Amino acid sequence: MHPAFSVIFLTTLIGAGQGLFIALAIVEFYAALRLLPEHASHYYAAGSAISLALLALGLFASFFHLGHPERAWRAAAMWRTSWLSREVIVLPVMMGIAFLYGVVHLIGINPVLFSLPGNVAVPLTLLLGIIGALVAVVLYVTTAMIYACLRFLQEWHSPLTVANYTLLGLASGFTLAAAQAAFMAVELVHFLAVGAVIFTVLGFLSRTASLIRNARLKAKSTLQTATGIKHPTIVQKSQGFMGGSFNTREFFHGMSEMFVRSVKWIFLVGVFLIPTVLLLTAIFMRGDVSTVLASAFVIQYLGLVAERWFFFAQARHPQNLYYQSVA
Amino acid sequence: MTQLALVIDLNVCVGCHACVTSCKEWNTSGGAGPLVDKNAYDEDPSGTFFNRVQTFEVGEFPSTETVHFPKSCLHCEDPPCVPVCPTGASYKRPEDGIVLVDYDKCIGCKYCSWACPYGVREIDESRKEMTKCTLCVDRIYNPTLDEADRLPACVKACPTNARLYGDIHDPDSVVSVAIREAGGYQLMPEWGTKPANHYLPRRKTRITIRDEELERSDNPLKIDSKLPRPGRDEPSLDDVTSW
Ligand code: SF4
Ligand code: SF4
Repeated sequence: MHPAFSVIFLTTLIGAGQGLFIALAIVEFYAALRLLPEHASHYYAAGSAISLALLALGLFASFFHLGHPERAWRAAAMWRTSWLSREVIVLPVMMGIAFLYGVVHLIGINPVLFSLPGNVAVPLTLLLGIIGALVAVVLYVTTAMIYACLRFLQEWHSPLTVANYTLLGLASGFTLAAAQAAFMAVELVHFLAVGAVIFTVLGFLSRTASLIRNARLKAKSTLQTATGIKHPTIVQKSQGFMGGSFNTREFFHGMSEMFVRSVKWIFLVGVFLIPTVLLLTAIFMRGDVSTVLASAFVIQYLGLVAERWFFFAQARHPQNLYYQSVA
Repeated sequence: MTQLALVIDLNVCVGCHACVTSCKEWNTSGGAGPLVDKNAYDEDPSGTFFNRVQTFEVGEFPSTETVHFPKSCLHCEDPPCVPVCPTGASYKRPEDGIVLVDYDKCIGCKYCSWACPYGVREIDESRKEMTKCTLCVDRIYNPTLDEADRLPACVKACPTNARLYGDIHDPDSVVSVAIREAGGYQLMPEWGTKPANHYLPRRKTRITIRDEELERSDNPLKIDSKLPRPGRDEPSLDDVTSW
């Protein structure tokens, strides 16, 4: 497939935004359980503002993918059958919750709604945070299922796609949360950086699993099934036109094998190796770790852009069988 | 239930592209607006077509066969392109099984083209809407056309009658008979899309001629001839006179 930068930015930006929101919700939840110290509400407000900004940037990028962005509202119609439609519904809901969560923290009117046994008070923000975290997980699933549900894109049609989108989003979100904490709530750095390492390592496991799976895939469609001619040797002599077409642009990445392979190594180093090293450094280092964590996030994010590029480039669409030869 | 479809006879197609040009001509002149050809007369032209004729070579030289292979939307009975469309712009008509795009609803997200394994959906670069074969829905029911013209433009144009058109759910239709009797098959059956369009395979065309078919034993001209009978190479009455 031809990797479209609009979609690459959409999925990586909102992935990090959702991860950051989940990190905030977990921090607030742990604080309510008194496992972590209490935090000033401006910490949460700033965090949800960053999360909202990432979600909004992702949404903005997605419009560049559309031929008719002015009709985008129609895309909510087919949620019964289309994962894309489901994503289109869940993304604004996620943004709405992140917005409310931030606003309630900002203005500080935060009534306790009810109490749980063990004297755990549940204020409005905690409820919003938990609902938002669940919505964020649903959003990971809807985003990934857009790709995973296409059965003849065999590289994508796997539960590993959902695992990768979720874990890599969480990893970058937690790295970002750790970086934010380094600036605003130093006592949280350790907790969040450990979380980021855990998700980065889990993401590494599921991403390498899918790399191994894809390397062994055998294409179900062949020229024989595509044309119905039962002969071992079939060569396309002409695809029927000599100019360009949508089919020759949209489904081929047009890069060399070498380039694709380098992108794979770049993302393996950029998403997993360097951020893990930097996060561990921050965990064990004393003093100011804000630059270390900020660079961990930037490098991991850029690595994820490469990862997404590779994700698209690696998928071989069966229609390509019909577009092999210009003559 | 009706399922209109094309049946394409690969044994007959000569690869002349008449269906391609005729399709383009009809569909670029329709109410939905032109199918754009970008840089048509410049470097790197790029066009939108509903139908393409491709050419494959089967076998190894010198025992090869050239197969011309027309390809357009197959109007799948279980079309994977339809459920993925977020707006409902892509739909399958229950009354005749034609898969269509409602251009006014299409947001140009291209998702349906990813979901079609056959590569027959093409986004129009100017209109930014997804386009594809409509089975000439604006011809086949068109009361302003003569009855004989209410056929898809490609079917009308094919000089060798390689394109048959009809209802594959009617067992007596010309397409159903052809599928049944000439070994009609579907493309990429492995994905369970159940394409409505079928293809008829290449067939060996041989005739066995026996002596008595050339020189019938009851051929009166030969019977009446003088004995000894003239040789087979001798001219018969048919060859020397013209009536
Ligand atoms: S051939 Fe492709 S576009 Fe046509 S109905 Fe089947 S899946 Fe949809
Ligand atoms: S490109 Fe148009 S028809 Fe295709 S899935 Fe998107 S909205 Fe639907």
